[in-house]
Order: sequence, then structure tokens, then C-alpha cells
Amino acid sequence: MSAIPASFFGWVAFLLQKYGSLFLRGAWITLLVAISGTICGFVIGLLVAVARSLTVPARAGFLPRAGIRALRGALAVYVEVFRGTPMIVQAMVIYYGAAQYLGLNMNELAAAVLIVSINTGAYMAEIVRGGVMSVDTGQSEAARSIGMSHWQTMASVVLPQAIRNILPSVGNEFVVNIKDSSVLNVIAVSELFFMSKSAAGTYLRYFEVFFITGIIYLILTFTVTRLLRLLERKMDGPKHFTVFGSQSDSRAEITYVKEER
Amino acid sequence: MPQSQDGIEGNNGAELDAVIEVVGLSKRFGGNEVLRDIRFTARRGEVVCVIGPSGSGKSTLLRCVNLLETPTGGRVMFHGRDIQGAGFPLREYHARVGMVFQQFNLFNNMTVMRNCVEGQRKVLRRNRDDSEKVAMKYLAMVGMDGYRDAKPAQISGGQKQRVAIARALAMDPEVLLFDEPTSALDPETVGEVLSVMRNLASMGLTMIVVTHEMGFARDVASRVVFMEGGLIVEEDAPEVIFTNPKNARTREFLARVL
Ligand SMILES: Nc1ncnc2c1ncn2[C@@H]1O[C@H](COP(=O)(O)OP(=O)(O)OP(=O)(O)O)[C@@H](O)[C@H]1O
Ligand SMILES: [Mg+2]
Repeated sequence: MSAIPASFFGWVAFLLQKYGSLFLRGAWITLLVAISGTICGFVIGLLVAVARSLTVPARAGFLPRAGIRALRGALAVYVEVFRGTPMIVQAMVIYYGAAQYLGLNMNELAAAVLIVSINTGAYMAEIVRGGVMSVDTGQSEAARSIGMSHWQTMASVVLPQAIRNILPSVGNEFVVNIKDSSVLNVIAVSELFFMSKSAAGTYLRYFEVFFITGIIYLILTFTVTRLLRLLERKMDGPKHFTVFGSQSDSRAEITYVKEER
Repeated sequence: MPQSQDGIEGNNGAELDAVIEVVGLSKRFGGNEVLRDIRFTARRGEVVCVIGPSGSGKSTLLRCVNLLETPTGGRVMFHGRDIQGAGFPLREYHARVGMVFQQFNLFNNMTVMRNCVEGQRKVLRRNRDDSEKVAMKYLAMVGMDGYRDAKPAQISGGQKQRVAIARALAMDPEVLLFDEPTSALDPETVGEVLSVMRNLASMGLTMIVVTHEMGFARDVASRVVFMEGGLIVEEDAPEVIFTNPKNARTREFLARVL
């Protein structure tokens, strides 16, 4: 590492060489936080939406009814609070609150995953609720009319379709999390933005460093979007099906092609 | 038609053959009284056709019998037992009283085969092999066995309704309720569904059929129930209803639709 570079591309090459592993580590942490946060958030969202779908049984006693009502209230508050405040503020309150009042010095990475998870969970709860509503009630009634319970109906009929329908929104949350996890630099999580800041500081080359950072974010989000598209296609199953020879219809196997939507 | 006779009937000696008895049933939505003092009986092997103008409460009646709606008065009896009574085995009742809907309501995330297998596995706790065998038997009966791997989005309306009938039959029901099973179909495909239903009737399955297909009602029904404004106006044998109805409103309705 001898001469100080003179051109933009010279700087980019220089910084990549000097801080390449730093960028990589930052990108890895960003991806880790976004993936775990999105998955945990998705699970939280599912649980919240299913819990909110519980109806109060008419014949239930006072205690179960009060319980269900209290649970619903608590979940509504959770969704409102975490959708109604910025994640950067949530990070500060949770991280420093835990340190000051619970004497809990959270590991930064664990704190990051926790914060992204509960933040995403609040959004996912609403997304899943929309997904459940997108499955027409006729199918639930059909399930009920052959004796399936509320849970069986949810598990085998409603949720699989709801999840398929909300997959684009879930992917969107994932992309948002890749980008927005950058605010977690305020609690010193060594994600991509935090790493970039320290890389830029030494030579004061903010433009070049953050140019590289931008490209890395773009690569991450682009890759993720493509992978999710693939997953969607996989969930839709084959476009073809085979008609087998039937007792009442002796045509041999014919393959039908589903028309494009 | 398989008719497992064990389990929930506690025949009180009322009417020996009565499978479903509706006694003074009423239903109101808010202030809107949709059903008033409905009484009729479906005996074993009978086909009861329910006809009447739009909004007369026919769907609501079937939905009350299947408890998709909760009646606000009166009772529905299954083999002499009140289906809303304490300790009545509702899941078993649902398994034994199937329903076929106007909009088919197939499970869109499942293949034709799985549509017919899911309830057997989850509700009747049959194993996979037995369930698939039963499913294939009924899919063949409705002429849809060749389509076992298709998804509902890939088949026509008439085919969907035939699969929906096979799905209901796969539970080995004693009674099937049909709510305008051909109203959402193209005229050309109505026939294929009606012929499946004629076949079921000839095999002795007990059926309650809400329909606008007067030809079907005339040929197949054991009795025809004419409803209007939430009331049963007239109930009689099809020959009487269609040739010599006693009530003036029945006559008016038939004059309009025939
Ligand atoms: N969930 C509901 N809430 C309020 N009113 C309802 C509800 N379901 C049905 N109704 C009313 O009950 C009446 C009877 O409806 P129903 O669907 O049973 O009629 P129908 O005889 O099946 O008519 P169609 O031949 O058009 O299917 C209608 O006036 C309808 O508006
Ligand atoms: Mg109707």
C-alpha cells in the first residue's frame, strides 16, 4: 500500500483492497440481522394474526372470555406501538433501557435481531391478517361442513393460501429490513453501515466508501428479490398436470397447460 | 351408499325413518326475520327439493341445518337428537351431513385428490391408503378420477362441482345438502352435475336440494317444499306441486319460472 490514489476509481480500488474484508463482514451481519429478523418477525406475525382470529365461544365461561379479550387488547397495543414509532427510537429505548433499568448488557447482535424481529412482527401481523382475509370464507365453510376444526382449517386450508398470497409483501419486508437495519449502527451493531462509517473515517473518503456501500446494498436486495420470486414460482407448483386414463373417460394421458395469469 | 349406523342416533321412536327433522326453526339477522317456524322432515332415502324465489331463505335454511348459521329459534334433530343439545357430537354430525355449495368451495391449495382425502384423514382419522382408495372410488363415480392431480384452478366449473360432490361423498355421509349446485354453471355443464345427482338419488342417498332446476325437482324429488318470505308455503309430492298446486302463490311462482 504505497501511494495515495488520485482518481475516483483509484480510491475505490484502494478502499476495496484495504477494507474488503470489513465490507464483507458488515454485509454478512446485515444479511444475518435481516434474515433472522424477517423470519422471527414472520413467525410473530403469524401467531399474532392467528391469536386475533380466535372468536370468543358463546358458551365459554367468564375467565376464558376475559382472557381472550385481554390477549386481543395486548396484541393490538403491540401492533400500534411498534408500527407507530421509528425503529431507531425502538433500538435506543430497548437497548439502553435494558442496560439502565434491568442491568442487562445485551450483546449488540442479539439486540439487533430482537429489535428487527419485534418491529417486523408488528407489520407482519397486519400483513398476515390481510392474507387470511384474502382467502374466501367459502373454503373455511366447506372445511367446517366436513367436520374440520378451526385449527385444522387454519393449518391446512387458510394459512397455506394466505402465506402464498402475502409472499410478495413478506419479501418487501425482507428488503426493507436489509436497508433499515442500517439504523442499528446507533447501538454499535457491526452491520454494513457501521463498518462503512469506520472505513470512511480513516481517509475521510465518504463518497467513495458509501458508493461501494450502496452497491453492496443493491446486490443484497437484488439477489434476495430474485430468490423470493423463485420461491413464489416453486410454491405455485407445476403449470402442467396429467389426465390419467379413467374408467369413464378412456383417453390416455393428456397434459394440460394452465393458462398464464 | 354406505350408512354407518353406529354412534350418534338415539332414536326416540318419533319417526323411525326420520334422518333430519326441522322443528319450528327460525332465524333472524338483527331485526330481519329470515326464517319463520320452518318444519319439515327428511326421511331415509328421500330427496327433498326446496324451491322458491330469491331471498326466500332457502340458503339460510340449509346453513342452519349444517350449523354454518346458528338458529335463533326452534330445533334441528338428527335421528331424534337435538344437534344443539349438550353433548351432541358435532364433528361427527358434520362428517355425516355433507354440503355442496353453489360456489363449489374447493380447497384451492390442494389437488383434486387431496381435496377428497383431507377430511377423511383429519376428521375420520383414516390412513392415507384407505383415504385414497375411498377418494378414487367416488372420483371415478363422478367421472373425475383422471384429474386427480389437477388443481381446482385448472378445471371447469362443472368438473369442480363434481369434485366437490366426491369430496362430500368421501366422508361416507348419510345426508347431503345441496345449495343451488348448478346455479353458477354454464348451461352446457349443468347436465353433467345433475346426472351425478340423479345417480346418487337412485342409490338411495338422503338429499336436501335447494334448486332452480324444476325438471330435476319434478323427476327426482320425493317431496317438494315451496318457500317464500321465510315461510314454507306448500309442501307436497312433485306431481301435486307441479301440476296441481293448492296455494295461489306456488302457482304464481311456477308460472314465472316454468
Ligand atoms: N348474514 C346475513 N346477514 C343479514 N341478512 C342476511 C344474511 N344472510 C342472508 N340474509 C338475508 O336473508 C334473506 C334470505 O337469504 P337467503 O340467502 O337464505 O335466500 P335464498 O332463498 O337462498 O335466495 P337465493 O335464491 O337468491 O339464493 C335475504 O333477504 C338476505 O338478505
Ligand atoms: Mg341461496
